[in-house]
Amino acid sequence: MPNLVSETRLMWDMPITVAIVEDAAPAGPLISGVFAYFQSIDDRFSTYKPSSEISLINRGALTSAKASPDMHTVLALAEELRLATHGYFNIAHKGKIDPSGLVKGWALSNAANMLRDAGCGNFYVEAGGDFQAVGANAEGRAWRVGIRSPFNTGDIVKALAVSDRGVATSGTYIRGQHIYDPVTGGLTDPEILSITVIGPDVYEADGYATAAFAMGRKGIGFIESLKGFEGYMIDSSKLATFTSGFEAYVDHENR
Amino acid sequence: MKNRNRQDRFVRAVKKFLLSAFVVVSFAGYALESRITAGGAVPTPGIAAPAGATAIAGGTISGMAPSSAPVAPAAGQTAIGPAPSTPGSGYKDGTYIGPVVDVNWGNVQVQATVQNGKIGNVQFVQYPSDRRTSQRINAYADPVLQQEAVQAQSAKVDIVTGATLTSQGFQQSLQAALTQAQG
Repeated sequence: MPNLVSETRLMWDMPITVAIVEDAAPAGPLISGVFAYFQSIDDRFSTYKPSSEISLINRGALTSAKASPDMHTVLALAEELRLATHGYFNIAHKGKIDPSGLVKGWALSNAANMLRDAGCGNFYVEAGGDFQAVGANAEGRAWRVGIRSPFNTGDIVKALAVSDRGVATSGTYIRGQHIYDPVTGGLTDPEILSITVIGPDVYEADGYATAAFAMGRKGIGFIESLKGFEGYMIDSSKLATFTSGFEAYVDHENR
Repeated sequence: MKNRNRQDRFVRAVKKFLLSAFVVVSFAGYALESRITAGGAVPTPGIAAPAGATAIAGGTISGMAPSSAPVAPAAGQTAIGPAPSTPGSGYKDGTYIGPVVDVNWGNVQVQATVQNGKIGNVQFVQYPSDRRTSQRINAYADPVLQQEAVQAQSAKVDIVTGATLTSQGFQQSLQAALTQAQG
């Protein structure tokens, strides 16, 4: 059985994992290459680093016209998202810009393309719970994915099997609670705790998950309306609502 | 670049959705206004109350376990939690319809499908429709979308997806794990 070579580093203020099923070529240098790429992204886009390109732009020390091609791409993507979400997704805040909300998914997608171009057929790249999974795991089966419980971060509440898919979850972790309407004694609208989106690419899945989460209960209907995307939404009454095609990803053998 | 086409599709899809959302919201607004003018009070979002009563997921499941199967979470307990872990236990496969349960604001009856000893889909056979709150909840229902009770599983997985845990949480967790590892 081929070996899974995996490495996790703390970067972008979150754990990032690159895992490659080692077929022929050694995976080590490929993994180092991906982390070097992520480091370059951090150096360019981190608002915490005074020397980053984004910090230079925010200080007025660099005009966006003279920015790098990567910066131009990210700013263009951010503008598209802003228009598409009627201003909800906005990287501008208090006169500064912070595109980190889309850089993660974009960088993960780029990293997956880098590994594919390098001849890798079976791997995943994951950052803070969002990932692109390509090919098969070391056992030659689809990657086994767990959706983390919003109620207890140590629990898995759904097991999936995915291959060549991007998966992203947007949400919050709070204790599940039932809120009663004092007037009627009935349940009020259960709060949406998390929404997981599966699609062809993690950049899109991440964007859609963020947008859907912001839409509240209607978010899952939004995912349903998207061709090629499926979603699983968990609310505070411990009820999950999922799209019509989601079942195809459920790993019934792994529960 | 490749992302460009995807982005175009993304933009189109979001626009399409926002348009349909506008139509839905307009209709909902109209319906709400009709209700107000008909003399009904507008349902107000509730204040969080530590109620002992159980909610949809927890309560209904407790009523539908076949008598021969291990008892499901009792009323008042949460639906989430480890599945029965006794070797060889678990629920018997099949479809079960629970009793009608009066939940103060109407009657609830659910049907559960058990597959491989675990609770699968949970559907409402009866759901209150004569009270404002339940109407409000029913308004979210979509014939295409499906629902199930959320339940912790013991699945073995390669990757976990979830909302971003901050590095602080990651480090705390790692620290705790290392402390345990030291024994």
